[in-house]
Amino acid sequence: MAALTPIFRTPVTFYVPVVAAAGAFAGLFIGTAQGSGLLGIVAGAALLAVLALAATRLLDNERAVRWGIVVLFTIGGFLIGSTPGLILGLAFGWFFGWFIYWTYEGRYRAKLPPYLTPGQVLWHFTFRVICGAILVFLITPILVVMPLSFNAEDFFTFTPEMLRLDPEGYSLKHYKDFFTNDDWQQALRNSVMIAPVATLLSVSFGTLAAIGLSSEHVPFRRAIMAILISPMIVPLIISAAGMYFFYSRIGLQGTYFGVVLAHAALGIPFVIITVTATLVGFDRSLTRAAANMGADPVTTFFRVQMPLILPGVISGGLFAFITSFDEVVVVLFVGSAGQKTLPWQMFTGLREQISPTILAVATILVAISICLLTVVEMLRRRSERLRGMSPG
Amino acid sequence: MSDLKSTGQQTADAPTPEDALHEAASLDAREAAHAPGGKAAGPVLAADGTPLKRSLARALRRQKMRALALIAPLLIFVLLTFIAPIADMLFRSVENQIVSETLPETVVALKDWDSEGGVPPADPVFAALYVDLFIAEAQKLHTRLGTRLNYEKTGVSSLFRKTGRRVGRFDTDTYTDQITALDPSWEDPATWVAMMESDANRAALPFTARSWDRWTAYQLSEGDDPAKEDIEDVLFTTLYLDLRETGGTGAADARIAQIAAAVGDFDTVSLSEQFADADKDWLDPEVWGTIKAFAPNYTPGYFLNSVDMQKTPHGIEARPENQQIYMKLFKRTIFMSMVITLSCIMLGYPVAWILANLPTRTANLLMILVLLPFWTSLLVRTSAWKVMLQQQGVINDTLVWLGIVGDADRLVMINNQFGTIVAMTHILLPFMILPLYSVMQTIQPTYLRAAKSLGATNWTAFWRVYFPQSVPGIGAGSVLVCILSIGYYITPEIVGGTTGTFISNRIAYHISSSLNWGLAAALGSILLAAVMLLYWVYDKIVGIDNVKLG
Repeated sequence: MAALTPIFRTPVTFYVPVVAAAGAFAGLFIGTAQGSGLLGIVAGAALLAVLALAATRLLDNERAVRWGIVVLFTIGGFLIGSTPGLILGLAFGWFFGWFIYWTYEGRYRAKLPPYLTPGQVLWHFTFRVICGAILVFLITPILVVMPLSFNAEDFFTFTPEMLRLDPEGYSLKHYKDFFTNDDWQQALRNSVMIAPVATLLSVSFGTLAAIGLSSEHVPFRRAIMAILISPMIVPLIISAAGMYFFYSRIGLQGTYFGVVLAHAALGIPFVIITVTATLVGFDRSLTRAAANMGADPVTTFFRVQMPLILPGVISGGLFAFITSFDEVVVVLFVGSAGQKTLPWQMFTGLREQISPTILAVATILVAISICLLTVVEMLRRRSERLRGMSPG
Repeated sequence: MSDLKSTGQQTADAPTPEDALHEAASLDAREAAHAPGGKAAGPVLAADGTPLKRSLARALRRQKMRALALIAPLLIFVLLTFIAPIADMLFRSVENQIVSETLPETVVALKDWDSEGGVPPADPVFAALYVDLFIAEAQKLHTRLGTRLNYEKTGVSSLFRKTGRRVGRFDTDTYTDQITALDPSWEDPATWVAMMESDANRAALPFTARSWDRWTAYQLSEGDDPAKEDIEDVLFTTLYLDLRETGGTGAADARIAQIAAAVGDFDTVSLSEQFADADKDWLDPEVWGTIKAFAPNYTPGYFLNSVDMQKTPHGIEARPENQQIYMKLFKRTIFMSMVITLSCIMLGYPVAWILANLPTRTANLLMILVLLPFWTSLLVRTSAWKVMLQQQGVINDTLVWLGIVGDADRLVMINNQFGTIVAMTHILLPFMILPLYSVMQTIQPTYLRAAKSLGATNWTAFWRVYFPQSVPGIGAGSVLVCILSIGYYITPEIVGGTTGTFISNRIAYHISSSLNWGLAAALGSILLAAVMLLYWVYDKIVGIDNVKLG
């Protein structure tokens, strides 16, 4: 359907004003940064209008023209703002080269249904720009943190040196601080001591219970499920308050064991949800076949059922691990200074003595999250393949 | 078998004991029908000779037990580590034993006092308070009680502390001197121990006996021997009061009768004057009214406090205007959760739509952009927003660099409601996009095209055809976002300042700073009730079993 839409070259009265408007928009920013927004608008519009006319009327080798525009903009950018200007110029040059031909040749219609009105076409692209902006909103804060963690100064913002891409402006000192500072190292050790044990607890209990829950005849299934899922639903502050009161009654408050128990309870819903989801596709006749051939339930579980649901169990475990590893509210109340975890240290850092080491830690945590996300996604695909579903 | 399968009711695709049970039942019925008039052939038997029906029922029961046995460890674990703490919190929000435990005599004595009368209670109540406070002071419990009552009436805390310092030096040694003057053996604690072992003596001196028991219990807990410690003035006072009351009739100890005879001529000390001397607030009926109002073991007081009301001697009243903060906080929490949910819908809807309508490959690629923040640590995202929004932060710097705002008047975007709303919208947006996306994936794009080909405008086609089908996704996402945002603590704490905080921040404050745990528990219970309501709605819309991750 999409390929059938014929594309036509658009008239001069269409593509020149469109390209000029885009140029004016870009010129606004460059102009404001240089001191005069108005001048930027006019210069941008004029420059792009001339470029568009020249590219389409005087020359007809698209490749050469686009490379020319890239070179032109790169040099211009370098003259205005040295290295960062060069990079911006490169990007702008590539974009405008592409944009001129995109509008001129009418390529923007190529992938759209032929019956769309111009208004609908405009809306189609406006909508994509809006979505792009929202996705940028989603991702920017995380992307901003990463370069800032290499800041050579103790600031939470880009220094002029960083913007000039001057190597002087960057350093690994915040990472060094993280790896040498006793507070941070102690926090890291605590996190590493607490999270795996909590994960182990919730995975072993949770997997058994998920297997029980997925059999056909479970009395009070709904009520049990509601109780087991509740740690995920109840606000953390309430869980934290309740655990603080209760654990201090029974002497668990401020102990390593108390924090591990609390974190295990918080991780359980994730294990239950992922493992029951895996078990939905599990073929029960396999266990019956195993029993038929003389395997006892334990052998059946470890040799038949476990290998098949293992991907679900592992991703449930990863969820539980990250829950414990990222958790701060409950440990803040249930733990004492001896159980200060990484998120707790970050929280105090953000509230009191603010130090850019937090950003270095944040970057490391993002890297860990990306690794875990990749593992979970791979496991999900593998489990779907094992169960004969197509990955999607 | 295949013949039977069609007759019995089936519960699952694969045969199960329950199916077999239904089949056996239908088999029985058929057998009965096939043998009219004559003897029934008897029930179908299993291989071991038991009726098939019973043996199948047993198998089914065993299966149920096995499922429960698998679930039981986790259920017990969750009940102990999670549900019990929640229950404990609910209990704490109404628990109020401290008054009746610390002031048991006073609470009983106050029963007949009329708090509306406008006069302080009579002397016996002060005598009861004297004993209670003396013991509480020794146990160092009176300040805790003062703090508790101070939540209800300001000034009580200092009143208790001040009186606690004075209560050991009341002029009640008058009684001690007069009694020991009559018989010096009263000074010997061993004689008291012996006297208090006799039931007749105890019956003659009820108040003294009760006070003696509490006092000696305290001494024993401290590791002291009551037979060796000096007898305090307070016990001589109760002895005097008892003897004046009962005359000591029936006592087995002759010394008691001796004192009882002389008691009429004793110099007396007015305990109400002693208390008034320590602090004149003791003559204020309001103080006594507060003690009486909070005497029961369970009180709605904390809940009333958390809705800006208070329990006073004159019934339930609204708190003074300048102390009303919780209703405002609840309203703000609900308002901000609504705003956050709305902005999540506004931002999440287009993204979910485009994800659902793009080719799978591209959609999966863009999905990473949604899932990455979802997987990133909450604190990373919150610190990112702190970096972005603060006055020397990235956004302000960019705006200044572009010349949109002057260097002097940078925008204040953090430590207020705006900061909380932006940061929390960002944090909760994936929770809106994911349910919306899964619902939108099931909506056929052909419907929209059909509507347009029938002459609908773009807007009509969207609003009348597409939007109604996506409503379940909006519902699921909104409830989820609302549940999560209403109890958020970390983000408002870091970027909320004073105007952008939630009720949860107040709960944390009461737990760790003001130590008013009862109020924290009551606020938590109200919040929990709100979340449970939303959870119930979510269960109705989506079902808890259908919660998916990523």
